[in-house]
Amino acid sequence: MIRITCPHCGPRDHAEFSYAGDATKARPADPATATAADWHDYVYLRDNPAGPHLEFWHHLHGCRQYVKVLRDVVTHDVLASGHPADDLEAGR
Amino acid sequence: MAEYSVFSLIRQGLGGHKGWTRAWRDPEPKQSYDVVIIGGGGHGLATAYYLARNHGITNVAVVEKGWIGGGNAGRNTTIVRSNYMLDGNAHFYEHSLKLWEGLSRDLNYNVMFSQRGVLNLAHNDGQMDAYARRGNLMRLNGIDAELLDREGVRKLYPHLDFSREARWPIYGGLLQARGGTARHDAVAWGFARGGDRRGVDILQNCEVMGFERDGDRITGVKTTRGTIACGRVGMAVAGNTTRVASMLGLKLPIESHVLQAFVSEPLKPLIDGVVTYGAGHFYISQSDKGGLVLGGDIDFYNSYAQRGNLPVVENVMANGLAMMPNLARLRILRSWGGIMDMSMDGSPIISKTPFDNLYLNAGWCYGGFKATPGSGYVFAHTIANDAPHPFNSAMTLERFEQGYLLDEGGKGPTPKLH
Repeated sequence: MIRITCPHCGPRDHAEFSYAGDATKARPADPATATAADWHDYVYLRDNPAGPHLEFWHHLHGCRQYVKVLRDVVTHDVLASGHPADDLEAGR
Repeated sequence: MAEYSVFSLIRQGLGGHKGWTRAWRDPEPKQSYDVVIIGGGGHGLATAYYLARNHGITNVAVVEKGWIGGGNAGRNTTIVRSNYMLDGNAHFYEHSLKLWEGLSRDLNYNVMFSQRGVLNLAHNDGQMDAYARRGNLMRLNGIDAELLDREGVRKLYPHLDFSREARWPIYGGLLQARGGTARHDAVAWGFARGGDRRGVDILQNCEVMGFERDGDRITGVKTTRGTIACGRVGMAVAGNTTRVASMLGLKLPIESHVLQAFVSEPLKPLIDGVVTYGAGHFYISQSDKGGLVLGGDIDFYNSYAQRGNLPVVENVMANGLAMMPNLARLRILRSWGGIMDMSMDGSPIISKTPFDNLYLNAGWCYGGFKATPGSGYVFAHTIANDAPHPFNSAMTLERFEQGYLLDEGGKGPTPKLH
């Protein structure tokens, strides 16, 4: 079991959460000027690193808030977690 | 290396089986090859085999970081089927199934392909309609499909839960009788031996560390056994696709996820074919040794760990029990996790790339095993001709940018759902 610390609820089993994927992708700020390549990058391309990975988990069976998590996808260790706008890598 | 036959078996048997020679060589890497295939799994080995067999390209190396067949080739549930709906997929998988049907003879190696049938169960009217549609589309494409009603399913599998207490009653199912299972090791070994006999060098314990480039051309592959100059490079590394592609700065529409599978203690014959549950995600068959081989969903989060977690184990077993309550007291002997290269539309990529002489074979999601011969066949064609075969012409890397997705399930760009 992966244990994720929710900033609202404290440490919880990952079975309470729904995985919401890569947290590094930013939606193109201005759809009017975004190119097809910008959308392709946002919708489809992933860094998919083997190591620390920034991702969102939805605390579906808890507070229903989105949580940002820095997790090592090789060991499944949770390295940091916080609010969606937090810069988790800065504190490390 | 002699042909395997009943006569060679008798001859060796009389000699105490002391005269067998190794099935493929263990050569030192040459300075240079016409084609270097990265990845010694089923797909990479099949590609090398068909390069030699169909295209006469024999100066080929397969480089494998561990031992051949030690990755996902040994981490699957060995199911073979071609029950696909979209044209871009259906013809490819049907071609693969046809290759399976002649594979043991073609390779002179028994891959133990057994056409015991793949049955997808339906548990409501909507699902029956969807299966009727899928079956009709398959038959229009020349693929066998048979829609069974409840009694038809009961005749084949009386042990499923047909009681009034069933969590989701069985309405019927879609049967592909030509589907089945094969022996996963034998597939890797058969293709390895077949390629080796035609001159392919299989280089094990040979991990790719980087590439030598001249602009958009790859001139050499740096490995733990030295740098190998190459004419063309084919990449078939499944869950490690992003890791290898990132050495070239190539970003791909792929996430790596872990998929678990399980084997029970051996039983007397209980399940004739492959059965999949329709009210959840669960598939089960019985190996020739008697163990039940079963699996379900991926763990739903990015992972390179080759091991999963308990919530999915519980979920898989709950699905299984809802379908077959008589599994309840069965012991699970082994479980394992393999890393799936989940693509953004659930379909594979067998394609040219932005690099002049690099070809990509990836994105197999849950279903790479059944595609092994077909994948090797069309990937070899793509590499040899620098152009796709008609059967993989829709499986391009550019389809994501162009909008020509092959989303069999209609699930959208969310890899965990495919």
